[in-house]
Amino acid sequence: MVDWPVVAAIVLTIVTASTPLLLAALGEVVAERSGVLNLGVEGMMAIGAVSGFAATHATGSTFAGVIASAIGGMILAVPFAVLVINLSVNQVATGLSLTLFGLGASAMIGDKYVGVPGIKLPQLHIPGLSDIPFIGPVLFGQDGLVYFSVVLTIAIGWFLTRSRGGLVLRAVGDNHDSAHNLGLSVLGVRWAAVLFGGACAGLGGGYLSLGYTPLWTENMTAGRGWIAVALVVFASWRPARVLVGAYLFGAVTILGFHAQGMGLAIPSQFISALPYLATVVVLVIISGNKAMLRANTPACLGKPFVPTR
Amino acid sequence: MSVLSPVIAIVMTLILGAVLFTALGVNPAQALYVYFVEPVTQLWSLEELVVKAAPLALIAIGLALCYRANVWNIGAEGQFTAGAIFGSAIPILLPDWDSWMVLPLMLILGVIGGMLYAAIPAILKNRFGANEILTSLMLSYIALLVLDWLVRGPWRDPGSFNFPQSVTFSDAATLPLLVSDGRLHVGVLFAVLAALIAAIRLSFSVQGFAIEVAGNAPRAARFSGFSQKRITLSVFLISGGLAGLAGICEVSGVLNQLRPEISPGYGFAAIIVAFLGRLNPLAILLAALLLALSYIGGEGAQAELAVSSTVTRLFQGFLLLMILGCDTLIAYKIRLVTSRSHASGEAARG
Amino acid sequence: MQDLAAAAADHGVQPLLRADGLTKRFGALTACDHIRFEIQPGEVHALLGENGAGKSTLVKMLYGALEPDEGQIVWNGQPVRIGSPAEARRLGIGMVFQHFSLFEALSVAENIALALPHLPRRTLADTISRVSKSYGLPLDPRSTVADLSVGERQRVEIVRCLLQEPRLIIMDEPTSVLTPQEVDLLFVTLRRLSSEGVAILYITHRLSEVLALANHATILRRGKVVETADPAQETAGSLARMMVGSEVLGIERPPAVTGTRKPRLVLSNLSLSAEGQFGTPLSGIDLTVNAGEVVGIAGVAGNGQQEFFDAVSGERTAATDQAILIDGVQVGRRGVNARRKLGAAFVPEERMGHGAVSNFRLSENVILTRHATDNEVARGGFLHRRIARDVEERVGERYDVRRSTADPKAGSLSGGNLQKFVVGREIDRSPGVLVVSQPTWGVDAGAARTIRSALVDLARGGAAVLVISQDLDEIFEIADRIAVLSEGRLSTLYPAESLTMERIGLLMGGIHGEQAGEDAPAALKDSSHAS
Repeated sequence: MVDWPVVAAIVLTIVTASTPLLLAALGEVVAERSGVLNLGVEGMMAIGAVSGFAATHATGSTFAGVIASAIGGMILAVPFAVLVINLSVNQVATGLSLTLFGLGASAMIGDKYVGVPGIKLPQLHIPGLSDIPFIGPVLFGQDGLVYFSVVLTIAIGWFLTRSRGGLVLRAVGDNHDSAHNLGLSVLGVRWAAVLFGGACAGLGGGYLSLGYTPLWTENMTAGRGWIAVALVVFASWRPARVLVGAYLFGAVTILGFHAQGMGLAIPSQFISALPYLATVVVLVIISGNKAMLRANTPACLGKPFVPTR
Repeated sequence: MSVLSPVIAIVMTLILGAVLFTALGVNPAQALYVYFVEPVTQLWSLEELVVKAAPLALIAIGLALCYRANVWNIGAEGQFTAGAIFGSAIPILLPDWDSWMVLPLMLILGVIGGMLYAAIPAILKNRFGANEILTSLMLSYIALLVLDWLVRGPWRDPGSFNFPQSVTFSDAATLPLLVSDGRLHVGVLFAVLAALIAAIRLSFSVQGFAIEVAGNAPRAARFSGFSQKRITLSVFLISGGLAGLAGICEVSGVLNQLRPEISPGYGFAAIIVAFLGRLNPLAILLAALLLALSYIGGEGAQAELAVSSTVTRLFQGFLLLMILGCDTLIAYKIRLVTSRSHASGEAARG
Repeated sequence: MQDLAAAAADHGVQPLLRADGLTKRFGALTACDHIRFEIQPGEVHALLGENGAGKSTLVKMLYGALEPDEGQIVWNGQPVRIGSPAEARRLGIGMVFQHFSLFEALSVAENIALALPHLPRRTLADTISRVSKSYGLPLDPRSTVADLSVGERQRVEIVRCLLQEPRLIIMDEPTSVLTPQEVDLLFVTLRRLSSEGVAILYITHRLSEVLALANHATILRRGKVVETADPAQETAGSLARMMVGSEVLGIERPPAVTGTRKPRLVLSNLSLSAEGQFGTPLSGIDLTVNAGEVVGIAGVAGNGQQEFFDAVSGERTAATDQAILIDGVQVGRRGVNARRKLGAAFVPEERMGHGAVSNFRLSENVILTRHATDNEVARGGFLHRRIARDVEERVGERYDVRRSTADPKAGSLSGGNLQKFVVGREIDRSPGVLVVSQPTWGVDAGAARTIRSALVDLARGGAAVLVISQDLDEIFEIADRIAVLSEGRLSTLYPAESLTMERIGLLMGGIHGEQAGEDAPAALKDSSHAS
């Protein structure tokens, strides 16, 4: 017999484990589609996590926390954008330094919040609907950011393929020189994309400290930002596939712990290592398919644009 | 010019520090003194500085070779850990073996451990094209978890009252000191030696030339007859070996046992050291001392001023952002100046 | 567009566009120096000049991509300031770029939509089909640009331009990537546009095109207008004199040695997979280059030239050793340095980043191709930079490489000077086999002449020289025998005297063997082409 309440609980934890990855990776998709590789996702997530926690702590409102986390991530994206977009600094090195800086800054800001109990994002409760066994809690019992992340996936998918703005964004990522020749603002588009990516990463971080585990600990992002970057490759830069990928990773993370709970004698460290191992395996599998990767990779990804006067 | 941007970056970081300390309600002058001056006023802290700089320099020299070849190894923390684990196998599994061979074997195993662990991302990149940034970093997390498992599980000292730590190494497994007392172990010499060898080979050997070509123009490297894959593998192996050596030296020379946390983020701080040293092995020695200063200053500040040592990591990250920015700003200015003074035919055609 | 022409006629003699003292400086260099000229409505106006004469800079100012330092542009009698390409388009100035400005990952319709934000996207596909067909440039709006041939891409550019209903179309070297037949088709379209009242500013360095197409010609030299000519009154020779500023000398080309005929480079049944997604695979290539001769490989870009060069140089190895013989030694599966050791030398098409590293000094660029073959430059794994500097000095002097300082970085040299260095660096090794791709691409006439003479001299000294070039004039100037590369297949070798432009065009279009063979006698008869 299937124990439905237990399955529902597992699915719920998978959703909460997946949502931060999804949010952060969606932002990175937009940034990378415009041609900017931002490896600072981990740092922006950390800042988002701490600013979300701090704002919630100060105001008592998780909504304020969510907004603060997005703003926090976006603010951290600013120095990255200046260096990479305006000064054409190497994107890999700058992204790395952004991560180091973001982790350091978040640790410092969050120092006084260590051990402070946080407030959890409220979960939706629709009388009747949310009480339906299994379906109720899974479909109608999540917190707002979960629904938002799904809506955001659809919205970004629509934006990229159907809107003129999305067309311009893709054009800038495909060939920035031609875009410039056409009179499109390469720098403007990239700034917007990087800021949006920062806000999304911040939100993803905020979800960690408000939804996943409502407290602050140093390094609580634990590499999720990097996994989000890998997810973008895995998803070949498509939002719908990012959603699938994020949920797969969430499932790997959570199912490992449940397997241990069910008495499988695996050391907890090995369970914790699963998402990282999965990332490596996925990268190897995806990268093996060179034709597919090449066809989907934004042609200007990682290349600095220097306007010719 | 090449000195200018690190200097500007350091000054900017000091200014940030002053602002930050003021905001935290600490006298900035006093704080900066505690952070950056006090550690160099006493003999013991100078020794400590060198001891902390040694692993940073060893790792950063290897990373500099990678970055020069445009290979992005950011998993040095994992390679450091792998080296520490491999090398520690001897004193932990054979605690009673007392021989002059113990130490050399440990060091060799440490190097091999780092190399093997670095070979994984290199091979995955060469064979499948998997992005080495992500794989090497993911492997770092895995290595730290494996270490955690070892010292809490199979390698835990039975007499440790459940503390997660291995047995204390015997004298035969401890790096000798350079001077009779204090903490200056011979591992420090490895850093200096590595810097010298790397500097010479980079400037004068065909392999050094190959690294430069590969980093500057991959297409030209192929034309020159250098295999990109071989270069990727070799710089990964070298940097992994150096990180592994740093790892085993840290365990054998400083900690004397394995613990869950054997590195205060050396593998990541070394990235900053590499850039601060302009990817130049000799300058990296200086840069490593500076980063080591920030670690020791951070500890001092925590003790004397009750300022969290997390400030250190903020400084380090900010320093790297500043170096990258200053480098470009200065290079940009020079470009503007030269393009004004030299008539360039390309520009006309452009 | 008919009413545009009518409107223009109403204005009488008013020029459509007048450049009034346009000046642009880059540092100490004046790329355009008080340029004055006029374009009348409906005329084809040629802008003729060598590489580096300032044509591109001038055009960028007209199209709003560069701001002039001095002077003004008068459009329809009104002084205008063109601040951006978008403003140029609003005025009615369209541009077809030399290096295409298309987005490979996007569809034809998306590419065009980007340039024409006001057109409704729903009907855009239909509009594209209709307009492209009516001008003889059929296009499928849904296809992805990456999948299109070079000629088709140019169509996209032209159609995109036409949909903006421009009154002036600027075309920057539009024929450099086309076969002679495609050029003819393009000229038909251009003449039709001109008859509809659209003015065309046609930028080129090819004299024959000016004579065939243009109503007026403005000749630029070193950033200045040196002459305004009526092509009907001129000859190719007189135009060339105006363009270069002195009598144009052909290179000395002693006849090929006919006696010995020792084969030095032999390719037999050489095949290679495509490089990257958009490459062209090579299949079954046979070729013999003998001592003492220059063999030219003609063909439009993208027909496997890259793969051909990589295969011959050894940057990518063939499947079998027998596929490539250098002086009788099988080297198909051996790398570039093994081939260099046998006395072969190579000059790739791309100077920067392939043949040379821009961040490296010239002496370090000497090491680039010698570290494995020259014991003086690298011995026992260590470099001898002083020896490399001696080589740099020698090559620099012999091939007149103009350097601002001693041993400068490659990136600081102009294109022509760097090309002289890269070619000279290889010839300095006295190679037995030299393979050169696009030896004079983007190089001024003086440097081109130096390079071509050096290649012929090397061959006459007993080496086998293989030249891959898209420039037919160049091929005819230096090659003794010619083959055409088309879609990864190589035609048979023809003696240069037996080929005409038309014949080469057919071969470029992929018409091999039988068909091309049948009209061979005819081609031989009018073998007057030797310019």
